Amino acid sequence: MESLTLSDVEQKYYSELFVYCDTDNTKKVASNGRVLDLFRAAQLPSEVVLQITELCGATRLGHFGRSQFYIALKLIAIAQSGLPLRVESLNSVKDLPLPRFVVGKNEAEARHAALYQDADSQGLYPAPGTALIPRPPGRGLQNKKGPPSSTSLPAHEVIQPLAPSIEAQPEPTSPVISPHQSPPTSPHSWRKHKRQHSGGNADRQQVVAATGAVWTQFREPQTGPVTGDGMWSSHSPPPPLPPSQESWVSFTADTPPSSTLPAMHPSSVQESTTIRTVASAATTNEIQRQSSGYDDPWKITDEQRQYYINQFKTIQPDLTGLIPGSAAKEFFTKSKLPILELSHIWELSDFDKDGALTLDEFCAAFHLVVARKNGYDLPEKLPESLMPKLIDLDDSAEVPEPAAEVGFSASPVEVTPNKSPSMPSLNQAWPEMNQSNEQWETFSERSSSSQTLTQFDSNIAPADPDTAIVHPVPIRMTPSKIHMQEMELKRTGSDHNHPTSPLLAKPPELSEETKLPPSMKFVAANTVGDGYSSSDSFTSDPEPITRQRSQSGASPEALKVVAPPPPPPRPQQSHSRSSSLDMNRTFAATAAPGQPQPSAIAFPPAVPPRPLPTQSSVPLTGHRVEAEGVPAGGAVLTTTSPQQIPQQPNFADFSQFQAFAASEQPSSLPDIDKHSEAGQADKISEGAGPLRTVKSDGPADERTSATVNSAKGSSGPLAPPPKPVRRRLKSEDELRPEDEQIGPQKAAAIAAPLTSQPSISRSVGKDKKAIQASIRRNKETNTVLARLNSELQQQLKDLLEERISLEVQLEQLRPFSHL
Amino acid sequence: MAVCIAVIAKENYPLYIRSVPCQNELKFHYTVHTSLDVVEEKVSAVGKSLADQRELYLGLLYPTEDYKVYGYVTNSKVKFVIVVDSSNTSLRDNEIRSMFRKLHNSFTDVMCNPFYNPGDPIQSKAFNGIVSGMMVQTG
Repeated sequence: MESLTLSDVEQKYYSELFVYCDTDNTKKVASNGRVLDLFRAAQLPSEVVLQITELCGATRLGHFGRSQFYIALKLIAIAQSGLPLRVESLNSVKDLPLPRFVVGKNEAEARHAALYQDADSQGLYPAPGTALIPRPPGRGLQNKKGPPSSTSLPAHEVIQPLAPSIEAQPEPTSPVISPHQSPPTSPHSWRKHKRQHSGGNADRQQVVAATGAVWTQFREPQTGPVTGDGMWSSHSPPPPLPPSQESWVSFTADTPPSSTLPAMHPSSVQESTTIRTVASAATTNEIQRQSSGYDDPWKITDEQRQYYINQFKTIQPDLTGLIPGSAAKEFFTKSKLPILELSHIWELSDFDKDGALTLDEFCAAFHLVVARKNGYDLPEKLPESLMPKLIDLDDSAEVPEPAAEVGFSASPVEVTPNKSPSMPSLNQAWPEMNQSNEQWETFSERSSSSQTLTQFDSNIAPADPDTAIVHPVPIRMTPSKIHMQEMELKRTGSDHNHPTSPLLAKPPELSEETKLPPSMKFVAANTVGDGYSSSDSFTSDPEPITRQRSQSGASPEALKVVAPPPPPPRPQQSHSRSSSLDMNRTFAATAAPGQPQPSAIAFPPAVPPRPLPTQSSVPLTGHRVEAEGVPAGGAVLTTTSPQQIPQQPNFADFSQFQAFAASEQPSSLPDIDKHSEAGQADKISEGAGPLRTVKSDGPADERTSATVNSAKGSSGPLAPPPKPVRRRLKSEDELRPEDEQIGPQKAAAIAAPLTSQPSISRSVGKDKKAIQASIRRNKETNTVLARLNSELQQQLKDLLEERISLEVQLEQLRPFSHL
Repeated sequence: MAVCIAVIAKENYPLYIRSVPCQNELKFHYTVHTSLDVVEEKVSAVGKSLADQRELYLGLLYPTEDYKVYGYVTNSKVKFVIVVDSSNTSLRDNEIRSMFRKLHNSFTDVMCNPFYNPGDPIQSKAFNGIVSGMMVQTG
């Protein structure tokens, strides 16, 4: 073509235009929409445009090369200036003003303006997806009359009204980028609108008329915002439109028929000004929003956020408060989105699933609604920029921060909001577990927790026993393995269904002594602590008895106790006294599998205060020895009996030994013993008898043997022979006394002899062996008892199952009652 | 992995039922329907002594030769039914329980949605996602 000489300005301008039109970046501009739009924006009659196209040679080439484009532009300028279109005039016309592209290319215009006004030419907006023109708020919209009819899409309709309004106030602004989603509404209505309102340029109208489908593409949004460009030129990302949002809100408030948003309400609502009808506002918002995020289509701009916050305030004045679900439902229903979509939006935005919206959640929901209204599909997951942040937006309302930042900062923290799902689940977990463990929940916890209905514990709730709370593993302060074994046996074997028997819990210790290993264990435990030993020792005795009782009782409770998940930690686990700590853990461990905790709890109170601290230490050692010695024989006991007999009426053995000890106490011991025995008889009524006898037989035998052995090895001050004999006779008696709690005196009495025993026994080397032998025997007894335990438990389970099946049958036989 | 998962409302109409598509869905619908009787039976049987909380998990309702049906009832008498393939022997009771727990949680989330009217079919995408995760992956 003819050579084209362009001035610098022209060159710059043209090149910009070319770049803008060169969407494909191919250095040649086909007759694509942009070019056509540009040409139309030139407000030239179509025939002129055609002529120009011909002249520049595009017609021949089929596309606009750079030179053709420049020529075309120049021709446009010529035509606009009223000069005839001549090829020659290309170079001849001097001082040709730059082609004006008014209606058409907002961008062109903007660019043009930008070129001359601010150096930072907005340049080409990135292709689709760039910000749309957020309607400048407060623009004194003149298009009072909402977009004319048409408007298939509310979104686009929105644009329409805006466009006119904007056009009414043409301002050189940064070019507007077409939204990446082409609004479907036809521009025609918009055009007319423009005509009506814009009153700006006749040219526009021309253009309007000439517009074709091409315009539909991005025109509407573009044109609309054109005027607003100025506003946006300031910030490249399309500014959000708070005003439009407001109008949108007002729109919703009016609840116009959902048909055409644009139809809305003109005026009225706006707080700021504008005519923008809600729909338009909304759409503009959307478009803006959509295009705004260069990198994140879901980013909430500052104006938008401010708008959302204002809306939030209308519902909930407190920015840190929540909007209840019902209020939010009403609010968002006004947007006329289908309920299904609103439901989905709610799912996305209610981050903490509490049925209420915080400010962040509300903003996210609002944002999603607007996006949806503008035709954007809802995401499957909440975009990060919309994630609610944990920090309240109280201040941020004033100082808007990029939503993206908010989102990022929030999301990780979101884990710990007070509404975190985990917490309620945990709270619910407890009740569930408590409910299932009714049996042993005899103590305080049961009452409240079992009534909670929130059974559907969240994922966190370890409903299944596997993950349920594991009862504390007993950590014995005394390094005796036997204790651990005993504890295990006790825990597995015994069903402490008798929460009310702290005494029972304690006595078993003593009884164990008679029974061997368990008692030894407890004795040791006793020894560890303060003067509990004596009391513990004899209190422990009843425990095995009770356990046996419970086992034999085949109470359903026992089975149930075992079945349900471990109960929540017992409140009274801790024992005030150090020694009892051991006991606590011990019994806690035993009870953990489901045994009634009260038994553990009971222990502390069961332990009577030790009157003689001195004796406590002694008995401790004595107990240990006694544990061994009891089964092994009274030798050991007898040694200690002299001093502690009065305190241990339970230990009938001791009494005998005490007599030996030739102390006053011994003599008193028997008396005490007798008393205790008498009393024990009463206490024994619980029925531990049968089991006890069984057990006692075993241990008794063992004891006998032990005593025999010990007798051999014992120092001898005690009377072993009488002990075994006594044991047989008193095996039960021993157990009985152990069942009950003896007063401190007895404990002390027992402690004393016990303490004396070791001293005496130790004096003899043989005792050591005897002790070791007794230890072994105790262990054997332990295993025997453990086996017995398991067998009995099995029986218990079987019985329970039978009972359950019978109950089920009974239920089935019963006529069906209501559900 | 379940073959069919159903949520039945208190009035015993389905709120949500979804089966593995490749199989005869009608068969599963029928199975779920018949399982409701068993659910009622269990619920009424247990609900005698209201003092002790009724277990939400009902366990195996009834097995057939092809599959097993598990049930779960909430306190509001909304029932969840899971049908699993009998050939899938690796499915332990605890796993079934966890599946019900997840279902219950998702259901609660759906309920919390103010736009959801109780009694409407459940159309929540999140709920669908959870169910899909539990369904048998038929490839």
